[in-house]
Amino acid sequence: MDAISEMPLLEVERLQVEFDTRAGIVHGLRGVDLSIRRGETLALVGESGSGKSVTAQAVMGLIDVPGRIAGGDIRWKGQSLLKGDGPRRAKDIRGKEVALIFQDPMTSLNPLITIGAQIGEVLQRHLGMTKAQARIRVLELLEAVGIPAPPRRAAQYPHELSGGMRQRVMIAMAIACEPQLLIADEPTTALDVTIQAQVLELIAGLQETLKLSVILITHDLGVVAGLCQRVAVMYAGRIVETGLADDLFERPSHPYTQGLIRSTPRLDDRLERLVSIEGAPPSLLAPPRGCAFEPRCPIAEARCGTEPPLAIVHAGASAACWKPSQPAWRDVPASAEPAPVS
Amino acid sequence: MGLFILRRLFQGFLVVLGVTLVVFVATRMVGDPAQVMLPLSATAEQRAAFEHKFGLDRPMAEQFVDFIGDLATFDFGESMWQRRPAMDVIAGRLPNTLKLIAAGLGLAIVLALPLGALAAIRPGGFADRITVFLGLFGLSLPQFWLGLLLIMVFAVTFKVLPTSGYGGWTHFILPAVTLALPAAARLMMLVRSSVIDELNQQYVRTARAKGLRFPQVLFGHALRNALVPFITLAGWEFISALAGYTVVVETVFAWPGLGLTAMQAIKFSDLFLLQAIVFTVAIGIVLVNIVLDVIYKLIDPRIKLA
Ligand SMILES: Nc1ncnc2c1ncn2[C@@H]1O[C@H](COP(=O)(O)OP(=O)(O)OP(=O)(O)O)[C@@H](O)[C@H]1O
Ligand SMILES: [Mg+2]
Repeated sequence: MDAISEMPLLEVERLQVEFDTRAGIVHGLRGVDLSIRRGETLALVGESGSGKSVTAQAVMGLIDVPGRIAGGDIRWKGQSLLKGDGPRRAKDIRGKEVALIFQDPMTSLNPLITIGAQIGEVLQRHLGMTKAQARIRVLELLEAVGIPAPPRRAAQYPHELSGGMRQRVMIAMAIACEPQLLIADEPTTALDVTIQAQVLELIAGLQETLKLSVILITHDLGVVAGLCQRVAVMYAGRIVETGLADDLFERPSHPYTQGLIRSTPRLDDRLERLVSIEGAPPSLLAPPRGCAFEPRCPIAEARCGTEPPLAIVHAGASAACWKPSQPAWRDVPASAEPAPVS
Repeated sequence: MGLFILRRLFQGFLVVLGVTLVVFVATRMVGDPAQVMLPLSATAEQRAAFEHKFGLDRPMAEQFVDFIGDLATFDFGESMWQRRPAMDVIAGRLPNTLKLIAAGLGLAIVLALPLGALAAIRPGGFADRITVFLGLFGLSLPQFWLGLLLIMVFAVTFKVLPTSGYGGWTHFILPAVTLALPAAARLMMLVRSSVIDELNQQYVRTARAKGLRFPQVLFGHALRNALVPFITLAGWEFISALAGYTVVVETVFAWPGLGLTAMQAIKFSDLFLLQAIVFTVAIGIVLVNIVLDVIYKLIDPRIKLA
């Protein structure tokens, strides 16, 4: 690999996001470290509330009152989007070079505007197209995301489309300016199972043809195994482990990752035994000083009361744990790949 | 669409008929026109002649049948006060009222939309606090008092505008402003709260994630969705102005419109004129409602006209 493709496209460094709420300050992100290279597919997994969506929103510049970015940096092709004239440059990058697909296609489109116009808007904003030029390109985009009869569909309103179709529209909108990075925040959770697979296939296909980098946010580990090269595991506002997908499932280092894999149903598992990790994530109003997983961790000990850094465990894998790679649960060996979703 | 309008027109026709019937009965029970219209010294014969001339001596049912018959030809009989057909009186005055409402409501809308949207950008921020303060102030203003205050300041003290009456465009300013300010306050508060609502919707996030500039997000997306409740209130303001606010404003400014005429018709117990006015206002309300439904449909494709 040459130097250019080795340079990360997006780097998130020690990113902190806080929300002012009535109950106090919610520490949504407590120092997130993340990077993705060109053409790479990264899965961002973790329990509900771990900060996956907030991370995506921060990258897209969507954090606003009551939230704020309280520290850290986001760099695009090596240049900060938060410091200096970064925020100004970011306006031309977001929606053009980085695009986001949301979880719920039912509410993510403006109900009063035709889908053609909503896609066309991006082209007019970033590529300086006229309305007429945009209209032609919109038809190509609809075709590209597998929507039949583009001219008819372009003139329709969101309520005239099914959930799967709407998500395809969202994807068309996202790839309109041929971005280098696509962030998909649980793009299929709101859809029927059969449609889910189609949409994931579409994203995988586009990733290949457009040489996209993709960050796929999900809590379905089955999806991850089939689709992504690398995985980052989030817990309580931090990345606790990252590694190559195959390797991570084979030998998860962090006890939380082990627990996650253990609680994912597997094909060879006749008993449908679903063992969730006991306890709940800590309150982000008053996050613990040490390892956030310590209260739930079966192998915690005294030193876990201080924060472990995200450190290299073995080639290509890092974990934020003082005792990485030790089996935390006896009943399930810390290996076994989860079944890919069908 | 055409069928829808036809159906609504027919429904409206029934409504107007009902309203007219109620007014017909009510006006004949409340005042005795002969008593009011004729001097105190009038003899019993003069009184009887008066009642006979206007058909007031006949049984109520008979009067009503006649009345319905005349309705079909827009004949509301003679105004007892003006001594000419009631519809002629209205035809002369209605345009003045419509012009006043157009100016007043137009001004209110022009004030309310940008101010409400501006306030909604940052709820609790500086611009928001100022507009909300002005809004609450406007909401609590009694209209007649506002009118008198404006007359005192601009017509009496500074003598820059005429006190009252109808004439050139300068005559429009004070009555239109008096009509506009409370309506602007109500509309502005609504725009503010619905734009705040819309800005929190997921589709606004999408618009922002697309990298659209803020004015486009605000006006092209959020405000557009906020227009649906706005149109409802604006229509209601039009109806309220036609059926009520203009009575106050026209009386304060001696504006020769329908509202002032209604006051005079009541004062002179001018039954036929009053009936004609109520009939006209009822038709106005029905028409405004149909127009509103069509506008809804134009804004929101999800609405099915039924
Ligand atoms: N607008 C907000 N106000 C207050 N707290 C917020 C806000 N948005 C997010 N948070 C908090 O930030 C934390 C991370 O939320 P986030 O939505 O990123 O979780 P997630 O990992 O995407 O979960 P899920 O899988 O349910 O989507 C949560 O604790 C949440 O309560
Ligand atoms: Mg989320």
